[in-house]
Amino acid sequence: MNESQKNSPKKERRKRLLIRGFLMMVVLLSVFFYYYDESGLSLSNTSDNEVEYFDIEEDTERIEKGIHLRTGFVDAVGMQEVINNCTNCHSAKLVTQNRMSKEGWIATIRWMQKTQNLWDLGDNESIIVDYLAEHYGPINKGRREGLKNIDWYTLK
Amino acid sequence: MKRRNFLGKVALGTMSGIIGSEIVFGASIPMDYLPIALQENDPFKMFSKDGEMVVLNDKPWNMEAKAHLLDDKITPNKSMFIRNNGLIPEKIDVQNWSLTIDGESVKQNKTYSLAELKTKFKRYTYQLTLECGGNGRSEFDPPAKGNQWTIGAVSCASWTGIRLKDVLADVGIKEDAIYIGYHGTDLHLTRDPKKEPISRGVPMYKALMDETLLAFQMNGKEIPLAHGYPLRLVAGGWPASVSGKWINRISVRNKEHDGEKMTGSSYRVPRNPVAPGEVVKESDMVIIESMPVKSLITFPKSGAMLNLGTKLNIRGHAWAGELEVAKVMYSIDFGATWRNCQLQSPANRLAWQHFSAGILFPKKGYYEVWAKAMDSRGTAQPMLVPGWNPKGYLNNACHRIAVKVL
Repeated sequence: MNESQKNSPKKERRKRLLIRGFLMMVVLLSVFFYYYDESGLSLSNTSDNEVEYFDIEEDTERIEKGIHLRTGFVDAVGMQEVINNCTNCHSAKLVTQNRMSKEGWIATIRWMQKTQNLWDLGDNESIIVDYLAEHYGPINKGRREGLKNIDWYTLK
Repeated sequence: MKRRNFLGKVALGTMSGIIGSEIVFGASIPMDYLPIALQENDPFKMFSKDGEMVVLNDKPWNMEAKAHLLDDKITPNKSMFIRNNGLIPEKIDVQNWSLTIDGESVKQNKTYSLAELKTKFKRYTYQLTLECGGNGRSEFDPPAKGNQWTIGAVSCASWTGIRLKDVLADVGIKEDAIYIGYHGTDLHLTRDPKKEPISRGVPMYKALMDETLLAFQMNGKEIPLAHGYPLRLVAGGWPASVSGKWINRISVRNKEHDGEKMTGSSYRVPRNPVAPGEVVKESDMVIIESMPVKSLITFPKSGAMLNLGTKLNIRGHAWAGELEVAKVMYSIDFGATWRNCQLQSPANRLAWQHFSAGILFPKKGYYEVWAKAMDSRGTAQPMLVPGWNPKGYLNNACHRIAVKVL
């Protein structure tokens, strides 16, 4: 894959211009990403599909099959209060992977208020707790669950 | 290819311009990761992890492996779990990195530069098993709060560094020393500089063990950023949370260390067994020390289908905290009968051990292959989830894989 040797000065100049233009674009994109990147796209992926970059702001609040895509929360009354109050310090994933009763969620809130700088939730507290207890309440698992979601494949 | 490399370099140069500060350890930055300030949202790239790793949490970052990703005898970075309580340090100034030894029980405070630590003390390399105290938490009923680890928060990498005991001897320790506590440069989630995300430690007897290292290499290379670059305390066989990352200070205490996540119910279990869901007073909770015996089948991946008459060769690892594993067995009939696996001796104390077995199935159908390890004192893994505890620690129930014989 050697460069051919018959590069005329004109071609050479055009090539340099192209590289310069490209560099400029990379700088601009980098700036754009540094400030706006919420999208999961990554810089090192970007060499071949620059055009797509500008679509990333597209509807980050989209709901699909009852799930708020950006956070993974169940779309229901109280979700916005939970997003506003519970995802500043930690990820929504810390909420959605847990299962607690109403008492458990309240105790967790108290613990965060005591030790983690969580503010007084005021009127939102009951909205938040009701939402969490309803959609992230405990599921009975017993002493050992069966294997689930087995991905069958032929062993060679 | 060329174009991509070129772009990569441009991007790095550009980004350091944007951050407004030079990338301090630019010269020594391992090729496969970028400073955290550049954070891409793709953790697999950012931390050089296998695409099949599972992200449990992205603030703070917590990721675990699946059993089949842990098949290597020595765990490579790509399949090593990440457990963080706080935010990964945003700047690592490795040129000016130092370690201070202080506390009530040192004869005097002493500070070492990283270079000094690397040259002044003899280096050792050990394979050390690190398992998160909460590995397996997802199986407890009623559920326990926290990251819902399944089976993949365990690793056994090769760690190189110096013995903590050599450094402590150089500093001089008073006779009343009881515990050490580490301090790192990670940030609390709230970014409150007065709060430490985690500051745990071990009693002196563990601190002074030959295998307790201040490590600066993992698998022969600089420690990856997410795993504690440039200096990590590594104390194998205990909850991995005592192996503090990004260490810049160790306090030698004349009492049990009382840093963040040492007190209350963190990394503690009830002194006496309790019923599932029971409320336990904090004063009845005791600190977890050595981890219990456990094993993983790392080959084949669960879900294998094979023909009747074909031998299935399984393999995996077993570990037992401070103890050695004496025996690993497997069962294909839900524990009615057990057969022994071949079991290798550990590479060194506190390293996991490799087991293997060849299995012939008697007839067609659905099977589960269960593995059960037993430690040198005769304690084996339970098939059911062991004693419930409020924070969901120490689930060492047998691992099993699904197999279909056609």
